[in-house]
Amino acid sequence: MSSLKNVQKAAVPFELSKRQKQFLKGLLYHVFVGLIGLGMVYPILWMVAASFKETSEIWTHVDSLIPQALHLENYSNGWKGIGGITFTTFYKNSFIYAGLGTLFQVSASAVVAYGFARVDFAGKRIWFTLMLGTLMLPDQVRMIPQYIVFDKLGWVNTFYPLLVPRLGGAPFFIFMIVQFIRGIPTELDEAALIDGCSKGGIFFRIILPQLKPAIITASIFSFYWTWDDFMTPFIYLTQPELHTVSVALRSFSDPASATDWGAIFAMSTLSLVPIFVIFIFFQRYLVEGIATTGLKG
Amino acid sequence: MSDNVIAAGAETSLAQEKSRPLIKRRQYSFKRNNFVGYLFISPWLIGFFLFSLIPISASLALAFTNYDLLGGTLKFTRLENFDRMFYHDLRYWKSVRATLKYVFFAVPLRLIFALTVAVLLNTKRRAVYFYRAAYYAPSMVGGSVAVAVMWRQIFGAGGLVNTVTGADIRWFGDPKYALGTLVTLAVWQFGSPMLIFLAGLRQIPHELYEAAAIDGAGAAQRFRRITLPMLTPIIFFNLVMQTIQNFQQFTQAFIITGGNGRPLDRTLLYPLYLYRRAFVNYEMGYASAMSWVLLGTIACLTAVLFLSSRFWVFYQGDSK
Repeated sequence: MSSLKNVQKAAVPFELSKRQKQFLKGLLYHVFVGLIGLGMVYPILWMVAASFKETSEIWTHVDSLIPQALHLENYSNGWKGIGGITFTTFYKNSFIYAGLGTLFQVSASAVVAYGFARVDFAGKRIWFTLMLGTLMLPDQVRMIPQYIVFDKLGWVNTFYPLLVPRLGGAPFFIFMIVQFIRGIPTELDEAALIDGCSKGGIFFRIILPQLKPAIITASIFSFYWTWDDFMTPFIYLTQPELHTVSVALRSFSDPASATDWGAIFAMSTLSLVPIFVIFIFFQRYLVEGIATTGLKG
Repeated sequence: MSDNVIAAGAETSLAQEKSRPLIKRRQYSFKRNNFVGYLFISPWLIGFFLFSLIPISASLALAFTNYDLLGGTLKFTRLENFDRMFYHDLRYWKSVRATLKYVFFAVPLRLIFALTVAVLLNTKRRAVYFYRAAYYAPSMVGGSVAVAVMWRQIFGAGGLVNTVTGADIRWFGDPKYALGTLVTLAVWQFGSPMLIFLAGLRQIPHELYEAAAIDGAGAAQRFRRITLPMLTPIIFFNLVMQTIQNFQQFTQAFIITGGNGRPLDRTLLYPLYLYRRAFVNYEMGYASAMSWVLLGTIACLTAVLFLSSRFWVFYQGDSK
């Protein structure tokens, strides 16, 4: 029996051990998944590389990811902006919109979520269903009457149309935080209630401190969608000195007039920096947030 | 009546948490407080009336008028907007065609890529976190103007794609390729459905695969018989969300085509055309009518998807 086994082994001299097979399989996996992964980020890397190239080099050494020399002046040239308005102004506007917008949207959402998750009141289920229903509405149905009213109020070319609607929270984040609060045990609430704490007190003293992870996740997404938002600032902030980075980038890169592509890619790259910084520092929250609530991106 | 449902919900959760004393729970849960409840949800409730319900009703009313925001006389025009849209506006149909094509290619392709990559990344190998970040990165920056600008250049005449492939195609200039190139940008951003699929894959009980392996099922069979059926609720969710979202695609098409649906209106996505009618021509009445057709289309498609779900979506606990 054992001699027969030996003969078989000898007959196939190149047979791999189990460990070697495992190793080869792993190698194949990493080569395959890694290469496609590289292909996925390649366009982004390409843009970052182009932001350091001289404009002529962008078009002559198209596929190279390594600039021949670092042309940092792309950044200083780009920062000068358009029509005498520098990117300092555009970044200031973007931070006002994304910063205050996130603050308003997330804090309102947390308050509303507490109401839905922990207070019992007449009609709660109907309102909650309605709120989820608004998630499916296309923005286009609201956009026109909203614009007409904000226009009549004289709010065009102010930040009000961008910020005031956010004081009502956002259905998506309300839903997310409701789900989170439902997972918090009610013992502490009950103890506080017995000690004579009001519902408001319970929210601020007991629930809010425990909401930190949910609030961080909501804030990241709120900030990052607001930062990227193009449509709303584009419609409401028409004066150049009120442009946000995304709106400014559009005029800056207008194919009809643009020539300094090094500077355009420099400003494009720079506009993604806040998003990447947040992504790197909060990756855990981001991934969990998407996975548990199934949101868009 | 709606409260009965809540009460029922509270009772089932009671049954589940047997360790908790009954009295305490009841004392907490069943004390109603309408004033406090409405106080807490008031930000959303006020916002809902001011920024959703009233505007939506207003846009329905506007859809039957010639309102133009330029000070022209406001007239009730009955179904004129719809008549013009369906029978006289050639550009409208071009935009409908572009949008349907876009949605019907972008959504399935996105989901197929998302699912394939999710299956690939669903291992315990070490570098998987790194890969996940790499595959998600395009989706993270996807909505930005910067990425749209970049895509336009990559697919430009002397751009990256032509250089690497040796082709000489004006991807966004040629009516044959323009919409398809826009679809590639959407497909490149499959990160969010991918992460949702990944979460779903992790929840499939391992015993199922072990049992199948013992029964001699191969990898392909295991995927078809276990993974796919177990994932159908998540496929369904992603399908609904992606369909709704892709109908509303605006920024990328707007930046890349300069906002007018070049070439030959092949990339004139519905929201783009709606924007032009509303904010370039100031035909607010007509644009409102358009927005209601969009709403109706999305609602009908969602309803169809929901109705179809009982034939192909598998929920655990079903006898099927």
